[in-house]
Amino acid sequence: MVILSLLILNKAGGLIFQRDFNEGLKKLSSNDYLVLAGTFHGVHAITSRISPVRNSGGGLEVLESDRFRMQCFQTLTGTKFLIFAEPNQPNIDVVVKRVYELYADYVMKNPFYQIEMPIRCEAFERNLVAYIKPK
Amino acid sequence: MQRGDSLNSPFVPFSPNPSIQQGTPTSTPPLKHTLSSSTSSNLRYSSSRKSIYDRHLNRSQRSELSKASFAFLFGEMVQYAQKRVNGIADLEKKLNLHGYSIGQRLLELLLWREGRSAKRETRILGILQFITTTVYRSIFNKPADGLEKSRDNEDEYMLIDNDPMVNSYISVPKEMSQLNCAAFVAGIIEAVLDGCLFPGRVTAHSVPTEQLPAKTVFLIKFDESVIERESVLG
Repeated sequence: MVILSLLILNKAGGLIFQRDFNEGLKKLSSNDYLVLAGTFHGVHAITSRISPVRNSGGGLEVLESDRFRMQCFQTLTGTKFLIFAEPNQPNIDVVVKRVYELYADYVMKNPFYQIEMPIRCEAFERNLVAYIKPK
Repeated sequence: MQRGDSLNSPFVPFSPNPSIQQGTPTSTPPLKHTLSSSTSSNLRYSSSRKSIYDRHLNRSQRSELSKASFAFLFGEMVQYAQKRVNGIADLEKKLNLHGYSIGQRLLELLLWREGRSAKRETRILGILQFITTTVYRSIFNKPADGLEKSRDNEDEYMLIDNDPMVNSYISVPKEMSQLNCAAFVAGIIEAVLDGCLFPGRVTAHSVPTEQLPAKTVFLIKFDESVIERESVLG
């Protein structure tokens, strides 16, 4: 499994987590990651309004290019998970689901995590790496 | 005067009737109340009109609880305690105290459940083994991972848990690295020891290793009296 990067956005479009797992994406400065997150949040809001089909308003879900494939998953509370993977990576929805589970377990159940704030949970990162890059 | 005293007395015998619990006199039994609440059953007032206190104590012996709901409850406990303390030592003390009140009740329940085979532990090793097996199994469904005696101090023992259940979702921030929320479990252990007349102090310490990042050691320091008695028993 080759997952390149994971970004987590809070419901206001702020970047609360960013981590690269494999080489393949250009490294950005931390400021640029914030800008990227904010931009994506805006684009996502627009795409959820311009859908030609009624009640399909989930917004942008997949973005494909010849270098990567980006999957976006928005939770009911508005938190967004962005996963960058290789273009031919199958079953990304399974990966997204598992990452969401890890987030629910190791971030939301951690009494020291302040909601909507950047994620600094050592157990979350440890389990994330163990899942995405098993030794 | 006397009547008023008895009403204000905190020692009201327990009754499933809430109005009696609050000390307000009632002339008629609250039949209506139980009927109306029968639609919404909960732990105290179940739909069969039998409260949790009427059930047999062995009934829930093998039942399990949701780990997620425990994690949320414990997380709230930690947050609640954190708002009311200054300093990490204070927070651990508070968690220890929470555990202590659970341990007191747990000991009684476990001894009751053991029935005739229950025995009064008089030796340190016996009581520690009771904790690592019986107590640990009843709370966490697994025995503790190790028990060691301190080399330097005669009155210190170490109980090892490689991955304490209460800590499984908790990441302590770097600025609070001294904290270990398993102080809660330490409180339970301390209460069991106290209840068996082995007074001492129990504290939780994180000893992370490469393979076991959540490894916790419960340091048990017995009172002098315990060590004295142990040496008399020989």
